Amino acid sequence: MKALSAAERRRRRTLFVMAILAVLSTLIFGLFQKSGQNVTYGFTLDKEWVLIQQWVISSRTASLLFGVISVLASAVAFLQFRAGRTIGLASGIGSAGIMMSFLSWAAAGKFIPFTGLLQGALLLSVPLIFGSMAGVLSERSGVVNIAIEGQLLAGAFVSGVVASLTHSTFLGLVVAPLAGCLISTLLAVFAINFSIDQIILGFVLNVLVYGITDFLYKKLLIPYQSTWNSGPTLAAIKIPLLWKIPIVGPILFDQSIIVYLMYGVIFFINFSLFKTKWGLRTRAVGEHPTAADSVGIKVNRLRFMNVMIAGMVAGLGGAYFTVGGVGAFNKEMTAGKGFIALAALIFGRWTPWGAVSAALLFGFADNLQSVLGIIGTPIPSEFMLMVPYLATVIAVTGFVGRVRAPAADGTPYKRGESH
Amino acid sequence: MSLELRGISKSFGALLANDSIDLRVETGEIHAILGENGAGKSTLMNIVYGLVAPDKGEILVDDVVKNIKEPSDALASGIGMVHQHFMLVPVFTVAENIVLGHEKSGFAGILDLNEARERIKKVSDQFNFDVNPDDLIEGLPVGVQQRVEIIRALIYDAKVLILDEPTAVLTPQETDDLLKIMKQLKEDGTSIIFITHKLREVKAVADRITIIRRGKVVGTASPDASQNELASLMVGREVELAPDKGAHAIGDVVLKVEGLTIRDAVGRALVNNVNFEVKAGEVLAIAGVQGNGQSEVARSMVNLEEHVEGSIILDGSEVIGKSVRESLHAGIAFVPESRELDGLIGSMAIAENLILDLHDLPPYAKGIQMSPSVVLAEAEKRKEEFDIRLQSVNDPVSSLSGGNKQKVVLARELSRPVKLLVASQPTRGLDVGSIEFVHKRILEERDAGRAVLLFSTELDEVLALADRIAVMYRGEILAIVPSGVTAQELGLLMAGVVHA
Repeated sequence: MKALSAAERRRRRTLFVMAILAVLSTLIFGLFQKSGQNVTYGFTLDKEWVLIQQWVISSRTASLLFGVISVLASAVAFLQFRAGRTIGLASGIGSAGIMMSFLSWAAAGKFIPFTGLLQGALLLSVPLIFGSMAGVLSERSGVVNIAIEGQLLAGAFVSGVVASLTHSTFLGLVVAPLAGCLISTLLAVFAINFSIDQIILGFVLNVLVYGITDFLYKKLLIPYQSTWNSGPTLAAIKIPLLWKIPIVGPILFDQSIIVYLMYGVIFFINFSLFKTKWGLRTRAVGEHPTAADSVGIKVNRLRFMNVMIAGMVAGLGGAYFTVGGVGAFNKEMTAGKGFIALAALIFGRWTPWGAVSAALLFGFADNLQSVLGIIGTPIPSEFMLMVPYLATVIAVTGFVGRVRAPAADGTPYKRGESH
Repeated sequence: MSLELRGISKSFGALLANDSIDLRVETGEIHAILGENGAGKSTLMNIVYGLVAPDKGEILVDDVVKNIKEPSDALASGIGMVHQHFMLVPVFTVAENIVLGHEKSGFAGILDLNEARERIKKVSDQFNFDVNPDDLIEGLPVGVQQRVEIIRALIYDAKVLILDEPTAVLTPQETDDLLKIMKQLKEDGTSIIFITHKLREVKAVADRITIIRRGKVVGTASPDASQNELASLMVGREVELAPDKGAHAIGDVVLKVEGLTIRDAVGRALVNNVNFEVKAGEVLAIAGVQGNGQSEVARSMVNLEEHVEGSIILDGSEVIGKSVRESLHAGIAFVPESRELDGLIGSMAIAENLILDLHDLPPYAKGIQMSPSVVLAEAEKRKEEFDIRLQSVNDPVSSLSGGNKQKVVLARELSRPVKLLVASQPTRGLDVGSIEFVHKRILEERDAGRAVLLFSTELDEVLALADRIAVMYRGEILAIVPSGVTAQELGLLMAGVVHA
């Protein structure tokens, strides 16, 4: 047998784990489950075209069915791996099968609003996606951005307050990126111009934003709530026709303007990073700034610009908490989402689509636990909350893949110092 | 295109790196700049390339004064540079690296690499470079990466090409290839500034030689000058290039290695069934092109490798299975391949680095307390003995030059009772003066009856020091030959050719 590369061994190991999980879920959720209870999946939310209203099936049968699908998918993935082909689709089906097998077991005798589950997952992912896109922008050019949390919170605060004062969601949306940009400009000035340690700096900025917003919330927003903290919120906009597509429509195309902006941000960043001159230069200064400098690229200017844009993206994501959500600002309402965005960035290996997938996964796990909490299941819903973080730890320790940050991430660039 | 430098001066704090340097490079000439490490060659070239601003002086291209403030100005004036540490992004392809900074884009700002691909192919074919524009840099051998740098300079119309220590990272074969390429480029009309401290290469290709010492031009020479003349100019005193190997008595076997196999984490054998022995008073050189398993063998001598099979017997007792510390204390002095990474702790004081191996033992420590005065006294003593040039033994070791760092490593390793000296690439990156010192010291150890195991990729060094030479190729010892072998024969063996 030929020697496998490190990446191949890693993929084989991942496949192996997936196959074991598939077999286990077939056995535990399928075979060993007492029969007799049904699970009901709902597929409609609104007045979209109906493909299927709901699906009632014996919980045991469903678990068995999805378990067997995941086992088969694992087997196919393994054969594809042996043949040297890509295994993406098969392993995707395999993991989804395991998930569904579990869900059918956990929700025995209950109703699961399937479309709602996914829609909620997307909504919970929105700030994570904005945050991780901000991370991609700044870290790909070589500046560690721990301050995503602060940028989100600043965006949330400022957009909430401005929207409340002006009664305009539009103005709220416009100022949010500026607030995020302000924080990231601080990051850029100290990290790039003064070479301060970026981890410590980012952390300090987060604490700073926590402190300022807490103070203003207590002294201004609570006492004068009706003028300062009762902003309007964005309404959902149904994209004509698209929103009527069964299942997919209500999830993707019945959202507020922020979510549509998010789609644009993802596509634009992914395109720019890998297809344009700006992207090539950004990746170059993040990997080997000395080389970029030697061909006439202004390393620190490009980094500065990217960090500022990153702040705008995160700030816009912050607006999702206030004008995009409940309207009023609440103390520390980002609640660590900026750090989870950072985890999504790492889990997604510093690529835009990787980070989006990770953010969606985290959002799904988050929503699943709240849905399971509401309908009441055999396992504590808090357990589900652990899953994304567990997955991140596993990813970062190199089980799913060797995670390689941009080579110069976190290293200030000064001409004349060796790289 | 000609390049002229007039009165270039640059100081970094109190250090005068360049002291009114004048230099003229003619069209189609290979002009070598010879100087020891720290002589100011690299600073001078960084000034020419716009990476460092000079305090004084001017740069003339074709007798016109040019204002070069940025690398882009240098490129625009037709000056290209191949840096000692390559300026290539490892995760980019050849084409991406070459367009970087000069990108062409088409519809919607999409990068267009096609033109670059074609030009790379054209240059690559013209000079037989064998470079594929879509290969990832990190997968390419060092010699090929260097050619990518040369292609980049040529594509951007460099008429003066600066090569900064280009052979420091190359194998002997790659070096020969590069020297050929330099001659080809010269015939094509390109002027080349060749920065080096390797005399053999200078004599092989240079048309003229300028020698720089301590920031000043100390003379020019023609390539007909003897190596000894050049070396003396460079160092400023007489140097002995080929150390005197006196007669000596060879004693009993000190080190016996049998069936040594070293695997990587996946289980592939990096070193496969290697057998050799070293006697007291003998230098066994293990020669080979970098990456043929020598580094692993060297590291296994003090148990720095995992997945080791076979036996390493030092003076009758097994080394494998001991801790690194036990191996060192069993009588092995170990000079690692990279003194900066594995030999020294850069940010710690010279005095501390000198006693790293014994820091917790008397007289340097009493119980849990260190004895700084003893440490300092010892450092002063070793400074004299090993001629370490330093300002204060309390300075961080990273402030020293390469040669002096290596002296610190040697001073530490040879201050224990030693039976076997394992020296891995002991003169890599050192200047002539330091090489002379290290070679002398190694031969002194041999003459004092110690066994020496020398790992080196430098043919000249192997031939000068070894009593016997083992050549490693793809993890195996291809042959063990006596020291009388010629450089050609040795070169062939290193390339894996065993003749009948």
